[in-house]
Amino acid sequence: MNNTKTLYDGGKVITGLVIFVILVTLPFWYNHGKAAPEPQPQLTAKAKAEKACVRPKSIMKATHMQILNGWRNNVVRNARRIWETADGKRFNMSLSKTCLDCHSNKEKFCDTCHNYAAVAPYCWDCHIDKVKEAKE
Amino acid sequence: MNVNYIASLITVVVLFLIAYVGTQVVGLQVLFGIVIPYLALVVFLAGFIARVLNWARSPVPFRIPTTCGQQKSLPWIPSATVDNPSTTGGVIARMAVEILLFRSLFRNTKARLKGGERLSYEWEKWLWLAALIFHYAFFTVIVRHFRFFLEPVPAPLKWLQSVDGFLQIGLPGVLISGFALLAAVIFLFLRRVFIPQVRYISLASDYFPLFLIMGIAVSGIFMRYITKVDVVSVKALTMGLITFKPVLPETVGGLFYGHFFLVSVLLAYFPFSKLMHLGGIFMSPTRNLANTSREIRHINPWNYPVKVHTYEEYEDEFREKMVEAGLPVEKEPATGTSQEKE
Amino acid sequence: MADDLLKPHELIANIKPRPPQTGWMDTPVKIRKGMYCYASNPKSVAALGFPNAREWNPLDEDWKLPPNWKEIVFEGMRERLDRFRTFKVFMDICVRCGACADKCHFFIGSGDPKNMPVLRAELLRSVYRRDFTTAGKLFGRLAGAREMTLDVLKEWWYYYFQCTECRRCSVFCPYGIDTAEITIMAREIFNLLGLNIDWIATPVANCYRTGNHLGIQPHAYKDMIDFFVDDIEDITGVRLNPHLNKKGADILFITPSGDVFADPGTYTAMGYLMLFHFLQEKYGLEVTWSTYASEGGNFGFFTSHETMKRLNAKMYAEAKRLGVKWILGGECGHMWRVIHQYMDTMNGPADFLEEPVSPITGTKFENAKSTKMVHITEFTADLIRHGKLDLDPSRNDHLVLTYHDSCNPSRGMGLLEEPRYVIKSVCNHFYEMPPNTIREQTFCCGSGAGLNAGENMELRMIGGFPRANAVKYVHETHGVNMLACICAIDRAALPTLMEYWVPEVNVTGVHELVANALNLPGQQERTTDLRGEPLPGMEADDE
Repeated sequence: MNNTKTLYDGGKVITGLVIFVILVTLPFWYNHGKAAPEPQPQLTAKAKAEKACVRPKSIMKATHMQILNGWRNNVVRNARRIWETADGKRFNMSLSKTCLDCHSNKEKFCDTCHNYAAVAPYCWDCHIDKVKEAKE
Repeated sequence: MNVNYIASLITVVVLFLIAYVGTQVVGLQVLFGIVIPYLALVVFLAGFIARVLNWARSPVPFRIPTTCGQQKSLPWIPSATVDNPSTTGGVIARMAVEILLFRSLFRNTKARLKGGERLSYEWEKWLWLAALIFHYAFFTVIVRHFRFFLEPVPAPLKWLQSVDGFLQIGLPGVLISGFALLAAVIFLFLRRVFIPQVRYISLASDYFPLFLIMGIAVSGIFMRYITKVDVVSVKALTMGLITFKPVLPETVGGLFYGHFFLVSVLLAYFPFSKLMHLGGIFMSPTRNLANTSREIRHINPWNYPVKVHTYEEYEDEFREKMVEAGLPVEKEPATGTSQEKE
Repeated sequence: MADDLLKPHELIANIKPRPPQTGWMDTPVKIRKGMYCYASNPKSVAALGFPNAREWNPLDEDWKLPPNWKEIVFEGMRERLDRFRTFKVFMDICVRCGACADKCHFFIGSGDPKNMPVLRAELLRSVYRRDFTTAGKLFGRLAGAREMTLDVLKEWWYYYFQCTECRRCSVFCPYGIDTAEITIMAREIFNLLGLNIDWIATPVANCYRTGNHLGIQPHAYKDMIDFFVDDIEDITGVRLNPHLNKKGADILFITPSGDVFADPGTYTAMGYLMLFHFLQEKYGLEVTWSTYASEGGNFGFFTSHETMKRLNAKMYAEAKRLGVKWILGGECGHMWRVIHQYMDTMNGPADFLEEPVSPITGTKFENAKSTKMVHITEFTADLIRHGKLDLDPSRNDHLVLTYHDSCNPSRGMGLLEEPRYVIKSVCNHFYEMPPNTIREQTFCCGSGAGLNAGENMELRMIGGFPRANAVKYVHETHGVNMLACICAIDRAALPTLMEYWVPEVNVTGVHELVANALNLPGQQERTTDLRGEPLPGMEADDE
């Protein structure tokens, strides 16, 4: 070929490639320079005093939504309200009355991680208002 | 048993295990969580660009669209403006329909010999449907994963997620795209295995990406719904990569690294494989040119002069006979009957 | 037709329902009689200065290849990859989805997996991968790569001469991969090695020298036209005075030489002559034929891009020499692919011609304003639309028609409605074949791209099976007895195909139908059609 460096339809090809590269590397541009620190959920005084949750912290971090789902099913479908932990502690299976009793700071506890990971649990569709009403 | 898909399956399983064992036993988190992902992205981008530029270095010497409908000719004959475009707008529409809706695959038929002698052509929609589901599901899954790479997460991503999870089944809520992707990939694999002709043409490099994507989907589904990962730590890792301040949270497990490694392999493999059809479809001259071949002169950059048989040479050979037959000639033959050319 | 050709039902029974047990790379090619065309005559190869002209026989073990043939293949591929983006992209992006598989007439008719367009392309792709891609070099067979060997070359040769470059697969491919393009490259490489088939090489050599594939010399060409004039006078009572090589005519007309040479194309040629006579008498339009540019078709297209250009150059050269305004092209398939998609680029710009305008209707052929060549069905459809022809369609009432879209005008141009409009204007009984077999999905006659030889009859009948099957369908459901087409290869190939699969159906060009219906000024009462068959209601004359 005459000149192997020549690009044919170069304008269109380069434009397409630039758009492609920008799309692929979008996160780098979007976040550039910004630190995105891992969220630090805060414990209330009450939670700190309690020391332990219904399960160990690492399990709670990854699976609390499944525990809550289990609780809901147990309460609503089986009418069982008591949750017993491995070491014999008993809890009322209730988001509002048990979880949010200690973790009453939803914005600084639940929401920090949920927002970070872009999770929008539909728990709050009902429960959060109830909590507010109860407090008022 | 077919060596092509067995080899591909084993490769993907081994790749997964390498990452799993590498991080959980040998402790190579730095390699699998930081070095390889960066390398994979660089290889992907550089390889993709190089491949496309390589295509662009070859010209399109002739305007040869495959015309799939009526041309634009006489004003009273309606032309197929999309399937046989005569304008740039038409070409853009044709490409859009091709890329977004898989127009050509939608035409797919299956030829059958009925009653031993009559050929019939049935509309074969399953390949089109599975391919469409596969690509859209994969696209949705990729876009959804941007929540791990953007902070704060933009609202449209959240909307996409809520659409994807509109079924509101279970907790964490089922996202349809992941399962649709897996189902479509399995369908595409099964048709490769069970349709004899398709099995016959399938190479290891056809099965490998399918298994790779299957592995990615399965490990992802496991992480989200079954074994669970600490999503916040995962995002800490990914955001560390994006902001060039890599961190390796301890709570991120082997399954994640397996998933992440398969994705890295897919990225690095991409430019060297048939997956480049992503870029290639934009460059296909039978689709991306307007059918204006007789209306606008297309230039061939390497058009070179060729040796032709001129009219003069022709007449020199046949002049006598032409004159005898009463055909007009440029040069009258020499007097007498002797050939002029001697 | 060959005596040892299988019967139709045997041919159908031979269609392999499944691919063989061995993988395609491990199934060596068997070059089988009836399925290949004879090797090119060395004289024809040498006539155009192609390399490696020699006597050789595809059935022989030794093809007498030049010692550095592998290097020639490699360099040939490299050069073509650099010149054609199509080739490069089509080598790289196929995902082997298989959508093209049962779109190929040769695959439908044979069941041979190497006739699936995807696999036909893989034959070449496998070598491309090995020689030109990293993945192929590293992973070999796992990446679908294989080494170039003599067996591979023979396999290429066998299967790339079982492709008619019809582009049907390209319609269905999600990336528009066009096997025709790949076949064209493969055949270019064969020509570097002197491996053309004679049915292509000799017409090319003829065309180069005499102006047409059949090697008809100018005086003989004139004789043929004179025969037609006599025949037309017998039928219509009108004596035509056609123009040949006439300087200063309005329009140069070029059509495939097959139309002046063999039935039923000859009736189409008579049709053109009558139409031009009518236009001259009524409107003073002067159309000239040329003996130098006496070939519309271009078997160079089946040889190499360069050969195509060398043969095609005559069209513009002759138009310039004769000083016509623009060029009108007859009914032909691949001729129109070359004119529409290649001619202007190769041999243009045709700045010595005028932008084509029909002097009779004033219609500007905007779509041809650069190439300056108009398809005769575009031209005639426009005349009919404006009521410029005096037509009596009842003279075609003995015909029940269907229309076969030729591959190239359909998929390389989009000429679909013009011929239909003409047919429907000159005939009263017209039925379409099933939708999956017409328009852009039309099936090849099975003999295109230079494969209409006599020795490969089994291949041709296999390849034409889907087309014939659709004709048979309309024959049985609507009583169709005539298959119209706008391609000279069709007119040469379809009669044989019909005789084999649907003997009750004959083949005609569109302008034969036009001429049957066209009332010439001063004609006698017409009692027969152009073929001398009595017209409906005229049979009684014989009693």
